[in-house]
Amino acid sequence: MLIAAASTVVVGALVWAFVINTEGWAKVQAFFLDPAIALASLPKIWDGFLLNLEVLAISVVTVGVVALLIATFRTLRGPVFFPLRVIAAAYTDLFRGMPFIIVLYIVGIGIPTITNTRIPPIVLGVIAVTLTYSSYVAEVMRAGIEAVHPSQRLAARALGLGYVQTLVRIVLPQAIRKITPPLMNDFVAMQKDVGLVSILGAVDAVRAAQIAASQTYNFTPYIVAGVLFVLLAIPTIRLTDWYSARLRDREQMGSIV
Amino acid sequence: MSAVLTASELWKTFGEKEVLRGISLELATHEVVALIGPSGSGKSTLLRCLNLLEPIDDGRILLGEEDISDPRVKPDAVRARFGVVFQHYNLFPHLSVLDNVTLASRVVHGVARATAEERGTRLLERIGLADKAREHPDRLSGGQQQRAAIVRAIATDPEVLLLDEITSALDPELVGEVLDLVRELAADGATILMATHEMAFARDVAHRVLFLDGGVVVEEGPAAELFAAPREARTREFLARMS
Ligand SMILES: Nc1ncnc2c1ncn2[C@@H]1O[C@H](COP(=O)(O)OP(=O)(O)OP(=O)(O)O)[C@@H](O)[C@H]1O
Ligand SMILES: [Mg+2]
Repeated sequence: MLIAAASTVVVGALVWAFVINTEGWAKVQAFFLDPAIALASLPKIWDGFLLNLEVLAISVVTVGVVALLIATFRTLRGPVFFPLRVIAAAYTDLFRGMPFIIVLYIVGIGIPTITNTRIPPIVLGVIAVTLTYSSYVAEVMRAGIEAVHPSQRLAARALGLGYVQTLVRIVLPQAIRKITPPLMNDFVAMQKDVGLVSILGAVDAVRAAQIAASQTYNFTPYIVAGVLFVLLAIPTIRLTDWYSARLRDREQMGSIV
Repeated sequence: MSAVLTASELWKTFGEKEVLRGISLELATHEVVALIGPSGSGKSTLLRCLNLLEPIDDGRILLGEEDISDPRVKPDAVRARFGVVFQHYNLFPHLSVLDNVTLASRVVHGVARATAEERGTRLLERIGLADKAREHPDRLSGGQQQRAAIVRAIATDPEVLLLDEITSALDPELVGEVLDLVRELAADGATILMATHEMAFARDVAHRVLFLDGGVVVEEGPAAELFAAPREARTREFLARMS
């Protein structure tokens, strides 16, 4: 406790001496941290941020559904399902490998061009986010399902439970526990990546910040937008840490007893 | 004594490997039969084939009068009539001990939760684990877990109990409590087929012993006879190595 307090004071003094107490800092403050500009740009950026949230909210659902489908395809056994397995594997390889920004360009420019229609940027954003993130999430889900030891299925089937009963009552509950932390990490990444829909011409938080920045010749609006994204991510990050720690504690308890 | 389980000429291959090569056995009501044999002789495979956890390539299995090796038989319904206990307990870690015990009653046999829990609690009381009913299995010792797994297997009153090396994963000092429970079940008239490495226990509890090697029954007989005077050279060799 005392050590923590002392080291905080020392670090604070160092920051003051080498960062804040320099003439460069005044410049940084003027260009990045201008309170008046921050306040003035906030309403527009906030409106844009709501659009990011909209893309995020819809994508959480679409990503979940598509990922579950892909993961299920990949775990199906038997030669009948071979084509489905291959398609699902190709899908995850493709979209896990491709940079998100390329997916955005292809979806954002490609789809409107070939269909020759105007599609709202939100829809395009959701499609792009879903393509990329469902491939990540599907892999996490698949790993979770496969991480449940086969002896668990065996024990359930030995009791007379059917395939679906075993999946629902034995495999999925255990898989969900295992995949919750990695899924939340993917969710944090997704919260940031919805900021890239600005590329599609949507006036989201990033685009609004860009507009405000070019009008004021000041970078403060970017900071404002950045802070909004950080504030959005913090609860999820904390929750992930807390949940992982809890899982660890329980496992350790089990091994001691 | 009527036969509860009759297997004739069971064949099973994994890829190129013939694991069961024409195994036949009969299990009468209230009979306790031990399967002994070297590692890889096919004991676990045989047990898994008998309750259809593993499909056989050839042969016939009768449960009571019913031919359960008939492909038209519903395997889930057949498995529900067996109780199985595994070497590594295989309790469900996300369920409480009581839920482990009552799961099959509730989900497979359609027993009301209250009824299933009442019976489950009574069974847990009997093995001295009533106070652990609401705990998760990872809070139990290995011996307690295995006894809970046995109770899970008998909670639905199975016609046959299959035990696969249920003490091999336990610390030596915990083996006794598990074997005592099996002894009790046998005394209560359970029909048991058990693969085991515990020769003293097999001799003590089993009525009959089957010695398996290379996927065939090399020798079988009343426990006392087979242990005291094995007829086959391979049996003698095996028993000499085990003692
Ligand atoms: N699912 C499987 N796939 C391929 N081979 C298998 C499978 N299960 C068992 N085998 C093989 O079948 C043979 C018999 O195995 P089994 O587990 O039935 O022997 P066991 O008598 O129970 O041995 P142990 O005393 O070591 O438990 C072994 O050679 C094993 O490698
Ligand atoms: Mg075995």
